[in-house]
Amino acid sequence: MRILEGKNVTKHFGGLAAVHQVDFNIHQGEVVGLIGPNGAGKTTLFNLISGSLPTTGGEITYKGKRITGLKPHQICKRGVARTFQSAKLFSGMTVFENALAASLFGTKRVISVPDAEKEAAELLEFVELSTVREMLAKDLPIADRKRLEVARALATKPDLLMFDEVMAGLNPTEIAQAMELITEIRKKGITIFMIEHVMKAIMNVCDRIIVLHHGSKIAEGTPGEIATSRTVIEVYLGE
Amino acid sequence: MDRVRVTTQRLFPFGTIFLILILLATLPLYVQPYLVILLTTILMYVIITVSWTIFSGPTRYISLASAAFFGVGVYTSALLGKAFPLPVVIVAGSLFSFILALCIGLLTLRLRGMYFIIFTFSITELMRHFLLWWETTMTGTVGRWVVIVDHTVVYYVMLVIFVLVLLAAHLIRHSRFGLALRSIGEQEEAATHIGINATLVKTITFAISAFFMGATGAIMATKWKYIDPKIAFDPLLSFMPVLMAIFGGTGQLFGPVFGAAVFAYLEEVLTTKFPYYYMLLFGSILIVVILFLPHGMVGLVQNLRKRGVKRQNANP
Repeated sequence: MRILEGKNVTKHFGGLAAVHQVDFNIHQGEVVGLIGPNGAGKTTLFNLISGSLPTTGGEITYKGKRITGLKPHQICKRGVARTFQSAKLFSGMTVFENALAASLFGTKRVISVPDAEKEAAELLEFVELSTVREMLAKDLPIADRKRLEVARALATKPDLLMFDEVMAGLNPTEIAQAMELITEIRKKGITIFMIEHVMKAIMNVCDRIIVLHHGSKIAEGTPGEIATSRTVIEVYLGE
Repeated sequence: MDRVRVTTQRLFPFGTIFLILILLATLPLYVQPYLVILLTTILMYVIITVSWTIFSGPTRYISLASAAFFGVGVYTSALLGKAFPLPVVIVAGSLFSFILALCIGLLTLRLRGMYFIIFTFSITELMRHFLLWWETTMTGTVGRWVVIVDHTVVYYVMLVIFVLVLLAAHLIRHSRFGLALRSIGEQEEAATHIGINATLVKTITFAISAFFMGATGAIMATKWKYIDPKIAFDPLLSFMPVLMAIFGGTGQLFGPVFGAAVFAYLEEVLTTKFPYYYMLLFGSILIVVILFLPHGMVGLVQNLRKRGVKRQNANP
Protein backbone atom coordinates (compact mmCIF):
# COMPACT_ATOMS: atom_id res chain seq x y z
CA MET A 1 0.00 0.00 0.00
CA ARG A 2 1.22 3.47 -0.85
CA ILE A 3 1.43 5.55 2.30
CA LEU A 4 2.89 8.68 0.70
CA GLU A 5 2.64 9.71 -2.90
CA GLY A 6 3.88 12.79 -4.72
CA LYS A 7 2.87 13.79 -8.22
CA ASN A 8 4.66 16.54 -10.10
CA VAL A 9 5.73 18.11 -6.81
CA THR A 10 7.27 21.48 -7.59
CA LYS A 11 8.74 24.32 -5.57
CA HIS A 12 10.14 27.44 -7.16
CA PHE A 13 11.93 30.15 -5.21
CA GLY A 14 11.64 33.01 -7.68
CA GLY A 15 13.46 31.74 -10.74
CA LEU A 16 15.12 28.85 -8.93
CA ALA A 17 13.45 25.46 -9.25
CA ALA A 18 14.38 23.94 -5.90
CA VAL A 19 12.17 20.94 -6.54
CA HIS A 20 10.93 20.36 -10.07
CA GLN A 21 8.12 17.97 -11.04
CA VAL A 22 9.20 15.19 -8.75
CA ASP A 23 7.11 12.00 -8.58
CA PHE A 24 7.63 9.61 -5.71
CA ASN A 25 5.94 6.84 -3.76
CA ILE A 26 6.64 5.44 -0.35
CA HIS A 27 5.07 2.13 0.55
CA GLN A 28 3.84 1.11 3.97
CA GLY A 29 6.63 -0.37 6.08
CA GLU A 30 9.46 0.65 3.74
CA VAL A 31 12.67 2.47 4.52
CA VAL A 32 13.36 4.87 1.66
CA GLY A 33 16.51 6.95 1.35
CA LEU A 34 16.71 10.35 -0.30
CA ILE A 35 20.18 11.30 -1.50
CA GLY A 36 21.79 13.87 -3.72
CA PRO A 37 24.46 16.58 -3.74
CA ASN A 38 24.12 19.69 -1.57
CA GLY A 39 21.44 21.99 -2.89
CA ALA A 40 19.65 19.16 -4.71
CA GLY A 41 16.37 20.04 -3.00
CA LYS A 42 16.17 17.18 -0.50
CA THR A 43 15.31 19.27 2.54
CA THR A 44 12.97 21.41 0.44
CA LEU A 45 11.09 18.26 -0.53
CA PHE A 46 10.81 17.33 3.16
CA ASN A 47 9.54 20.83 3.92
CA LEU A 48 6.89 20.47 1.24
CA ILE A 49 5.72 17.12 2.62
CA SER A 50 5.62 18.31 6.25
CA GLY A 51 3.91 21.58 5.33
CA SER A 52 6.71 23.97 6.32
CA LEU A 53 6.63 25.37 2.80
CA PRO A 54 3.71 25.70 0.41
CA THR A 55 4.14 23.90 -2.90
CA THR A 56 4.25 25.82 -6.16
CA GLY A 57 2.68 22.93 -8.02
CA GLY A 58 1.82 19.26 -7.84
CA GLU A 59 0.09 17.20 -5.25
CA ILE A 60 1.12 15.17 -2.23
CA THR A 61 -1.20 12.53 -0.81
CA TYR A 62 -0.83 10.68 2.46
CA LYS A 63 -2.83 7.47 2.94
CA GLY A 64 -4.82 8.38 -0.14
CA LYS A 65 -5.76 11.86 1.09
CA ARG A 66 -4.39 15.10 -0.22
CA ILE A 67 -2.16 16.89 2.30
CA THR A 68 -0.86 19.72 0.12
CA GLY A 69 -2.04 23.02 1.57
CA LEU A 70 -2.42 21.70 5.11
CA LYS A 71 -0.60 23.36 8.01
CA PRO A 72 2.35 21.54 9.63
CA HIS A 73 0.38 20.82 12.82
CA GLN A 74 -2.44 19.26 10.81
CA ILE A 75 -0.04 17.08 8.83
CA CYS A 76 1.62 16.02 12.07
CA LYS A 77 -1.70 15.00 13.57
CA ARG A 78 -2.44 12.88 10.50
CA GLY A 79 0.65 10.83 11.28
CA VAL A 80 3.67 12.37 9.55
CA ALA A 81 6.57 13.32 11.83
CA ARG A 82 9.98 14.71 10.99
CA THR A 83 13.32 15.69 12.43
CA PHE A 84 15.37 18.67 11.35
CA GLN A 85 18.80 18.86 9.75
CA SER A 86 20.09 21.04 12.58
CA ALA A 87 18.29 19.73 15.64
CA LYS A 88 15.48 22.13 16.51
CA LEU A 89 14.88 21.22 20.10
CA PHE A 90 13.13 23.24 22.76
CA SER A 91 16.54 24.07 24.22
CA GLY A 92 15.41 25.76 27.42
CA MET A 93 13.11 22.88 28.33
CA THR A 94 14.10 19.59 29.88
CA VAL A 95 14.58 16.44 27.82
CA PHE A 96 11.39 15.06 29.35
CA GLU A 97 9.36 18.18 28.58
CA ASN A 98 10.51 18.02 24.95
CA ALA A 99 9.06 14.53 24.59
CA LEU A 100 6.01 15.35 26.71
CA ALA A 101 4.97 18.28 24.52
CA ALA A 102 5.04 16.04 21.47
CA SER A 103 3.02 13.33 23.25
CA LEU A 104 0.43 15.86 24.34
CA PHE A 105 -0.11 17.61 21.04
CA GLY A 106 1.03 15.20 18.35
CA THR A 107 -2.13 13.15 17.94
CA LYS A 108 -5.65 13.90 16.79
CA ARG A 109 -7.30 12.45 19.86
CA VAL A 110 -6.83 14.28 23.13
CA ILE A 111 -4.55 12.48 25.55
CA SER A 112 -4.53 12.94 29.33
CA VAL A 113 -1.43 14.41 30.95
CA PRO A 114 -0.57 11.24 32.97
CA ASP A 115 -0.88 9.11 29.81
CA ALA A 116 1.31 11.53 27.88
CA GLU A 117 3.87 11.48 30.70
CA LYS A 118 3.93 7.70 30.64
CA GLU A 119 4.38 7.68 26.88
CA ALA A 120 7.13 10.29 26.95
CA ALA A 121 8.98 8.33 29.63
CA GLU A 122 8.71 5.12 27.60
CA LEU A 123 10.05 6.82 24.48
CA LEU A 124 12.99 8.29 26.38
CA GLU A 125 13.65 4.76 27.59
CA PHE A 126 13.47 3.55 23.97
CA VAL A 127 16.07 6.05 22.74
CA GLU A 128 18.13 5.54 25.91
CA LEU A 129 17.81 9.05 27.27
CA SER A 130 16.08 8.17 30.55
CA THR A 131 19.11 8.98 32.64
CA VAL A 132 19.26 12.57 31.41
CA ARG A 133 15.53 13.30 31.39
CA GLU A 134 15.78 16.27 33.74
CA MET A 135 18.67 17.89 31.86
CA LEU A 136 18.01 20.90 29.67
CA ALA A 137 17.96 19.97 26.00
CA LYS A 138 20.65 22.56 25.20
CA ASP A 139 23.12 20.83 27.53
CA LEU A 140 23.00 17.54 25.64
CA PRO A 141 25.88 16.37 23.44
CA ILE A 142 25.08 16.25 19.72
CA ALA A 143 24.33 12.52 19.52
CA ASP A 144 21.84 12.78 22.36
CA ARG A 145 20.21 15.81 20.77
CA LYS A 146 19.61 13.77 17.66
CA ARG A 147 18.15 10.98 19.78
CA LEU A 148 15.87 13.43 21.50
CA GLU A 149 14.64 14.73 18.15
CA VAL A 150 13.85 11.16 17.19
CA ALA A 151 12.05 10.56 20.49
CA ARG A 152 10.09 13.76 20.08
CA ALA A 153 9.05 12.81 16.55
CA LEU A 154 8.08 9.31 17.74
CA ALA A 155 6.01 10.81 20.54
CA THR A 156 3.58 12.21 17.97
CA LYS A 157 2.79 8.55 17.08
CA PRO A 158 3.61 8.78 13.39
CA ASP A 159 3.04 6.15 10.72
CA LEU A 160 5.57 7.91 8.53
CA LEU A 161 8.76 9.32 9.99
CA MET A 162 11.09 11.58 8.02
CA PHE A 163 14.71 11.90 9.13
CA ASP A 164 16.66 14.86 7.79
CA GLU A 165 20.33 13.87 8.14
CA VAL A 166 19.90 12.31 11.52
CA MET A 167 23.47 10.97 11.38
CA ALA A 168 25.26 14.19 10.44
CA GLY A 169 27.95 15.07 12.95
CA LEU A 170 28.02 11.65 14.58
CA ASN A 171 31.12 9.50 15.00
CA PRO A 172 31.29 5.93 13.61
CA THR A 173 30.14 4.32 16.87
CA GLU A 174 27.23 6.71 17.12
CA ILE A 175 26.33 6.08 13.48
CA ALA A 176 26.21 2.34 14.17
CA GLN A 177 23.90 3.04 17.13
CA ALA A 178 21.72 5.29 15.02
CA MET A 179 21.37 2.57 12.38
CA GLU A 180 20.34 0.17 15.10
CA LEU A 181 17.76 2.67 16.32
CA ILE A 182 16.32 3.03 12.81
CA THR A 183 15.99 -0.74 12.56
CA GLU A 184 14.19 -0.77 15.91
CA ILE A 185 11.81 1.96 14.76
CA ARG A 186 11.12 0.03 11.59
CA LYS A 187 10.21 -3.00 13.70
CA LYS A 188 7.47 -0.89 15.28
CA GLY A 189 5.86 -0.79 11.85
CA ILE A 190 6.74 2.83 11.13
CA THR A 191 7.55 3.76 7.55
CA ILE A 192 10.78 5.73 7.19
CA PHE A 193 11.83 8.31 4.63
CA MET A 194 15.36 9.56 5.27
CA ILE A 195 17.81 12.08 3.87
CA GLU A 196 21.32 10.95 4.57
CA HIS A 197 24.85 11.58 3.40
CA VAL A 198 26.38 8.66 5.27
CA MET A 199 26.46 6.17 2.40
CA LYS A 200 27.21 3.14 4.52
CA ALA A 201 24.05 3.77 6.51
CA ILE A 202 21.88 4.49 3.49
CA MET A 203 23.03 1.39 1.66
CA ASN A 204 22.50 -0.80 4.69
CA VAL A 205 19.13 0.26 6.04
CA CYS A 206 17.21 1.37 2.95
CA ASP A 207 14.99 -0.81 0.80
CA ARG A 208 14.90 1.78 -1.90
CA ILE A 209 16.74 5.00 -2.68
CA ILE A 210 15.62 8.12 -4.54
CA VAL A 211 18.29 10.42 -5.98
CA LEU A 212 17.68 14.13 -6.49
CA HIS A 213 19.88 16.46 -8.51
CA HIS A 214 19.14 20.14 -9.21
CA GLY A 215 15.61 19.62 -7.97
CA SER A 216 14.77 16.71 -10.26
CA LYS A 217 14.63 13.01 -9.62
CA ILE A 218 17.45 11.42 -11.62
CA ALA A 219 17.33 7.87 -10.33
CA GLU A 220 15.41 5.50 -8.13
CA GLY A 221 16.04 1.91 -7.17
CA THR A 222 17.45 -0.60 -4.71
CA PRO A 223 20.75 0.26 -3.01
CA GLY A 224 22.48 -2.16 -5.38
CA GLU A 225 21.07 -0.47 -8.46
CA ILE A 226 21.87 3.00 -7.18
CA ALA A 227 25.47 2.09 -6.27
CA THR A 228 26.13 0.92 -9.82
CA SER A 229 24.09 3.52 -11.70
CA ARG A 230 26.20 5.53 -14.12
CA THR A 231 24.26 8.78 -13.66
CA VAL A 232 24.34 8.60 -9.88
CA ILE A 233 28.06 7.91 -9.84
CA GLU A 234 28.66 10.86 -12.13
CA VAL A 235 26.66 13.47 -10.21
CA TYR A 236 26.97 12.28 -6.66
CA LEU A 237 28.86 9.21 -5.60
CA GLY A 238 31.98 9.69 -7.67
CA GLU A 239 34.26 6.92 -8.94
CA MET B 1 15.90 22.65 37.49
CA ASP B 2 13.77 20.59 39.85
CA ARG B 3 15.49 22.11 42.79
CA VAL B 4 14.68 25.60 41.53
CA ARG B 5 11.03 24.70 41.41
CA VAL B 6 11.09 23.31 44.93
CA THR B 7 12.86 26.41 46.20
CA THR B 8 10.21 28.72 44.83
CA GLN B 9 7.46 26.63 46.28
CA ARG B 10 9.05 26.85 49.67
CA LEU B 11 9.48 30.56 49.19
CA PHE B 12 5.73 30.94 48.70
CA PRO B 13 3.70 28.18 50.25
CA PHE B 14 -0.03 28.36 49.87
CA GLY B 15 -0.50 29.57 53.45
CA THR B 16 1.68 32.62 52.94
CA ILE B 17 -0.21 33.64 49.82
CA PHE B 18 -3.47 33.25 51.69
CA LEU B 19 -2.22 35.42 54.56
CA ILE B 20 -1.03 38.12 52.19
CA LEU B 21 -4.43 38.13 50.51
CA ILE B 22 -6.28 38.44 53.82
CA LEU B 23 -3.97 41.29 54.76
CA LEU B 24 -4.65 43.04 51.44
CA ALA B 25 -8.40 42.46 51.75
CA THR B 26 -8.68 43.93 55.24
CA LEU B 27 -6.23 46.76 54.64
CA PRO B 28 -8.75 49.57 53.94
CA LEU B 29 -10.21 49.00 57.44
CA TYR B 30 -7.17 50.20 59.30
CA VAL B 31 -4.92 52.27 57.04
CA GLN B 32 -5.14 55.81 55.67
CA PRO B 33 -6.91 56.43 52.36
CA TYR B 34 -3.59 57.54 50.85
CA LEU B 35 -2.15 54.07 51.29
CA VAL B 36 -5.24 52.47 49.76
CA ILE B 37 -4.97 54.71 46.72
CA LEU B 38 -1.25 54.02 46.42
CA LEU B 39 -1.93 50.29 46.64
CA THR B 40 -4.58 50.58 43.95
CA THR B 41 -2.01 52.05 41.57
CA ILE B 42 0.53 49.39 42.53
CA LEU B 43 -2.07 46.66 41.94
CA MET B 44 -2.85 48.18 38.57
CA TYR B 45 0.78 47.90 37.49
CA VAL B 46 1.04 44.39 38.91
CA ILE B 47 -2.04 43.23 37.00
CA ILE B 48 -0.85 44.70 33.72
CA THR B 49 2.63 43.26 34.17
CA VAL B 50 1.36 39.80 35.08
CA SER B 51 -1.08 39.81 32.12
CA TRP B 52 1.74 40.93 29.86
CA THR B 53 3.88 38.06 31.15
CA ILE B 54 1.13 35.49 30.52
CA PHE B 55 1.68 36.00 26.81
CA SER B 56 5.09 37.56 26.34
CA GLY B 57 6.91 35.58 29.05
CA PRO B 58 6.81 32.08 27.57
CA THR B 59 6.43 33.00 23.88
CA ARG B 60 9.10 35.73 23.92
CA TYR B 61 6.95 37.86 21.63
CA ILE B 62 7.47 41.30 23.13
CA SER B 63 4.10 43.03 22.94
CA LEU B 64 3.86 46.81 23.19
CA ALA B 65 0.09 46.84 22.85
CA SER B 66 -0.66 46.87 26.58
CA ALA B 67 -1.67 50.54 26.48
CA ALA B 68 -4.12 49.83 23.66
CA PHE B 69 -5.90 47.11 25.62
CA PHE B 70 -5.87 49.16 28.81
CA GLY B 71 -7.17 52.17 26.88
CA VAL B 72 -10.07 50.19 25.42
CA GLY B 73 -11.11 49.43 29.00
CA VAL B 74 -10.76 53.08 29.97
CA TYR B 75 -12.89 54.24 27.07
CA THR B 76 -15.53 51.59 27.65
CA SER B 77 -15.83 52.87 31.18
CA ALA B 78 -16.26 56.44 29.96
CA LEU B 79 -18.87 55.49 27.37
CA LEU B 80 -20.93 52.95 29.31
CA GLY B 81 -20.32 54.12 32.88
CA LYS B 82 -23.40 56.29 33.11
CA ALA B 83 -25.81 53.74 31.66
CA PHE B 84 -24.71 50.46 33.23
CA PRO B 85 -23.73 49.18 36.69
CA LEU B 86 -20.00 48.89 37.43
CA PRO B 87 -19.61 45.10 37.05
CA VAL B 88 -21.21 45.21 33.59
CA VAL B 89 -18.91 48.05 32.57
CA ILE B 90 -15.82 46.16 33.71
CA VAL B 91 -16.84 42.94 31.97
CA ALA B 92 -17.63 44.92 28.81
CA GLY B 93 -14.22 46.63 28.92
CA SER B 94 -12.50 43.26 29.30
CA LEU B 95 -14.47 41.72 26.45
CA PHE B 96 -13.80 44.60 24.06
CA SER B 97 -10.08 44.29 24.78
CA PHE B 98 -10.33 40.54 24.36
CA ILE B 99 -12.00 40.93 20.95
CA LEU B 100 -9.53 43.59 19.83
CA ALA B 101 -6.66 41.29 20.80
CA LEU B 102 -8.21 38.38 18.90
CA CYS B 103 -8.38 40.50 15.76
CA ILE B 104 -4.86 41.87 16.19
CA GLY B 105 -3.61 38.38 17.00
CA LEU B 106 -5.03 36.81 13.87
CA LEU B 107 -3.58 39.62 11.79
CA THR B 108 -0.15 40.03 13.29
CA LEU B 109 1.01 36.96 15.13
CA ARG B 110 2.62 35.80 11.93
CA LEU B 111 5.07 38.62 12.47
CA ARG B 112 8.06 37.91 14.63
CA GLY B 113 10.79 39.74 16.48
CA MET B 114 11.20 43.42 15.77
CA TYR B 115 8.28 43.54 13.33
CA PHE B 116 5.89 42.26 15.96
CA ILE B 117 7.17 44.77 18.54
CA ILE B 118 6.77 47.71 16.19
CA PHE B 119 3.36 46.60 14.99
CA THR B 120 1.98 46.18 18.50
CA PHE B 121 3.36 49.56 19.45
CA SER B 122 1.67 51.18 16.48
CA ILE B 123 -1.67 49.67 17.54
CA THR B 124 -1.68 51.94 20.59
CA GLU B 125 -0.85 54.95 18.45
CA LEU B 126 -3.50 54.01 15.92
CA MET B 127 -6.18 53.68 18.60
CA ARG B 128 -5.22 57.00 20.14
CA HIS B 129 -5.22 58.94 16.89
CA PHE B 130 -8.36 57.26 15.63
CA LEU B 131 -10.27 58.18 18.80
CA LEU B 132 -8.87 61.68 18.77
CA TRP B 133 -10.10 62.10 15.21
CA TRP B 134 -13.45 60.48 16.03
CA GLU B 135 -14.03 62.62 19.08
CA THR B 136 -13.14 65.91 17.42
CA THR B 137 -14.90 65.37 14.09
CA MET B 138 -17.80 63.07 14.99
CA THR B 139 -18.83 63.83 18.55
CA GLY B 140 -17.28 67.25 18.94
CA THR B 141 -15.76 66.44 22.31
CA VAL B 142 -12.17 65.94 23.30
CA GLY B 143 -12.44 64.56 26.79
CA ARG B 144 -15.08 62.71 28.76
CA TRP B 145 -16.15 62.59 32.37
CA VAL B 146 -16.20 59.21 34.00
CA VAL B 147 -18.65 58.20 36.73
CA ILE B 148 -16.78 58.39 40.00
CA VAL B 149 -16.56 55.32 42.20
CA ASP B 150 -15.50 55.30 45.84
CA HIS B 151 -11.76 54.62 46.19
CA THR B 152 -12.26 51.57 48.46
CA VAL B 153 -14.54 50.03 45.83
CA VAL B 154 -11.90 50.68 43.18
CA TYR B 155 -9.35 49.04 45.46
CA TYR B 156 -11.49 45.95 46.00
CA VAL B 157 -12.28 45.57 42.33
CA MET B 158 -8.57 45.85 41.58
CA LEU B 159 -7.87 43.23 44.23
CA VAL B 160 -10.38 40.83 42.67
CA ILE B 161 -8.84 41.31 39.21
CA PHE B 162 -5.40 40.79 40.79
CA VAL B 163 -6.46 37.44 42.29
CA LEU B 164 -8.05 36.37 39.01
CA VAL B 165 -5.03 37.28 36.91
CA LEU B 166 -2.70 35.42 39.28
CA LEU B 167 -4.97 32.40 39.13
CA ALA B 168 -5.13 32.55 35.34
CA ALA B 169 -1.36 32.95 35.05
CA HIS B 170 -0.78 30.04 37.42
CA LEU B 171 -3.25 27.74 35.66
CA ILE B 172 -1.89 28.54 32.20
CA ARG B 173 1.67 28.06 33.38
CA HIS B 174 1.01 24.61 34.77
CA SER B 175 -1.24 23.32 32.04
CA ARG B 176 -0.61 21.71 28.66
CA PHE B 177 -1.41 25.12 27.23
CA GLY B 178 1.57 26.56 29.11
CA LEU B 179 3.82 23.85 27.73
CA ALA B 180 2.63 24.69 24.22
CA LEU B 181 3.43 28.37 24.82
CA ARG B 182 6.92 27.55 26.03
CA SER B 183 7.51 25.27 23.06
CA ILE B 184 6.50 28.11 20.75
CA GLY B 185 8.88 30.47 22.55
CA GLU B 186 11.73 27.96 22.33
CA GLN B 187 11.35 26.84 18.72
CA GLU B 188 8.19 27.80 16.92
CA GLU B 189 8.78 25.77 13.77
CA ALA B 190 9.44 22.59 15.72
CA ALA B 191 6.38 23.31 17.85
CA THR B 192 4.12 23.33 14.81
CA HIS B 193 5.69 20.06 13.65
CA ILE B 194 4.73 18.26 16.83
CA GLY B 195 1.12 19.21 16.33
CA ILE B 196 0.82 22.54 18.12
CA ASN B 197 -1.48 25.01 16.37
CA ALA B 198 0.81 27.93 17.10
CA THR B 199 -1.40 30.64 15.63
CA LEU B 200 -4.41 29.55 17.68
CA VAL B 201 -2.47 29.13 20.93
CA LYS B 202 -0.77 32.51 20.53
CA THR B 203 -3.95 34.36 19.60
CA ILE B 204 -5.98 32.97 22.50
CA THR B 205 -3.25 33.72 25.01
CA PHE B 206 -2.78 37.21 23.64
CA ALA B 207 -6.53 37.79 24.06
CA ILE B 208 -6.57 36.41 27.61
CA SER B 209 -3.77 38.77 28.53
CA ALA B 210 -5.70 41.67 26.94
CA PHE B 211 -8.85 40.68 28.87
CA PHE B 212 -7.27 41.54 32.22
CA MET B 213 -5.71 44.74 30.89
CA GLY B 214 -9.13 45.86 29.68
CA ALA B 215 -10.69 45.13 33.06
CA THR B 216 -7.98 47.15 34.79
CA GLY B 217 -8.47 50.07 32.43
CA ALA B 218 -12.23 50.04 33.01
CA ILE B 219 -11.91 50.32 36.78
CA MET B 220 -8.93 52.68 36.73
CA ALA B 221 -10.87 55.18 34.60
CA THR B 222 -13.36 55.70 37.43
CA LYS B 223 -10.48 56.82 39.61
CA TRP B 224 -9.26 59.34 37.06
CA LYS B 225 -12.67 61.04 36.69
CA TYR B 226 -11.71 62.72 33.41
CA ILE B 227 -10.18 61.01 30.40
CA ASP B 228 -9.29 61.82 26.82
CA PRO B 229 -7.58 59.70 24.14
CA LYS B 230 -4.14 60.89 25.26
CA ILE B 231 -4.73 59.80 28.84
CA ALA B 232 -6.45 56.55 27.90
CA PHE B 233 -3.83 55.42 25.39
CA ASP B 234 -0.64 56.55 27.09
CA PRO B 235 2.25 54.75 25.34
CA LEU B 236 4.21 54.74 28.59
CA LEU B 237 1.83 52.05 29.81
CA SER B 238 3.04 49.82 27.00
CA PHE B 239 6.64 50.06 28.15
CA MET B 240 6.04 49.83 31.88
CA PRO B 241 5.01 46.15 31.99
CA VAL B 242 8.06 45.20 29.92
CA LEU B 243 10.41 47.08 32.25
CA MET B 244 8.64 45.82 35.36
CA ALA B 245 8.72 42.22 34.19
CA ILE B 246 12.44 42.46 33.38
CA PHE B 247 13.01 44.13 36.74
CA GLY B 248 11.30 41.28 38.58
CA GLY B 249 12.36 38.43 36.32
CA THR B 250 10.00 36.57 34.03
CA GLY B 251 11.22 33.09 34.94
CA GLN B 252 8.84 32.74 37.86
CA LEU B 253 5.23 33.78 38.38
CA PHE B 254 6.18 35.98 41.31
CA GLY B 255 8.90 37.79 39.39
CA PRO B 256 6.56 40.18 37.58
CA VAL B 257 4.46 40.61 40.73
CA PHE B 258 7.51 41.72 42.73
CA GLY B 259 8.95 43.69 39.86
CA ALA B 260 5.79 45.69 39.32
CA ALA B 261 5.12 46.23 43.03
CA VAL B 262 8.63 47.44 43.85
CA PHE B 263 8.88 49.43 40.64
CA ALA B 264 5.55 51.19 41.17
CA TYR B 265 6.36 51.93 44.80
CA LEU B 266 9.78 53.22 43.83
CA GLU B 267 8.21 55.49 41.25
CA GLU B 268 5.84 56.91 43.87
CA VAL B 269 8.60 57.48 46.43
CA LEU B 270 10.99 59.01 43.92
CA THR B 271 8.39 61.36 42.42
CA THR B 272 7.36 62.65 45.84
CA LYS B 273 10.80 62.80 47.45
CA PHE B 274 12.92 63.81 44.47
CA PRO B 275 10.59 65.40 41.95
CA TYR B 276 13.47 66.88 39.94
CA TYR B 277 15.83 63.92 39.90
CA TYR B 278 13.24 61.17 39.78
CA MET B 279 13.71 60.21 36.14
CA LEU B 280 17.49 60.22 36.54
CA LEU B 281 17.39 58.00 39.64
CA PHE B 282 14.79 55.74 38.08
CA GLY B 283 16.84 55.25 34.94
CA SER B 284 20.01 54.52 36.90
CA ILE B 285 18.31 51.87 39.01
CA LEU B 286 16.89 50.23 35.91
CA ILE B 287 20.28 50.12 34.18
CA VAL B 288 21.91 48.57 37.24
CA VAL B 289 19.21 45.90 37.43
CA ILE B 290 19.43 44.99 33.76
CA LEU B 291 23.24 44.91 33.81
CA PHE B 292 23.74 42.95 37.00
CA LEU B 293 20.56 40.94 37.45
CA PRO B 294 19.73 39.38 34.10
CA HIS B 295 17.09 37.20 35.73
CA GLY B 296 15.59 40.00 37.76
CA MET B 297 15.12 40.21 41.48
CA VAL B 298 13.60 36.76 41.76
CA GLY B 299 16.64 35.41 39.96
CA LEU B 300 18.83 37.12 42.56
CA VAL B 301 16.95 35.51 45.44
CA GLN B 302 17.24 32.13 43.78
CA ASN B 303 20.95 32.53 43.14
CA LEU B 304 21.56 33.40 46.77
CA ARG B 305 19.60 30.34 47.89
CA LYS B 306 21.27 28.08 45.39
CA ARG B 307 24.69 29.23 46.48
CA GLY B 308 23.72 28.20 49.97
CA VAL B 309 22.68 24.73 48.86
CA LYS B 310 25.29 23.65 46.38
CA ARG B 311 27.20 24.97 43.44
CA GLN B 312 25.24 23.74 40.50
CA ASN B 313 25.35 23.69 36.76
CA ALA B 314 25.73 27.30 35.67
CA ASN B 315 22.59 27.27 33.56
CA PRO B 316 19.63 29.32 34.72
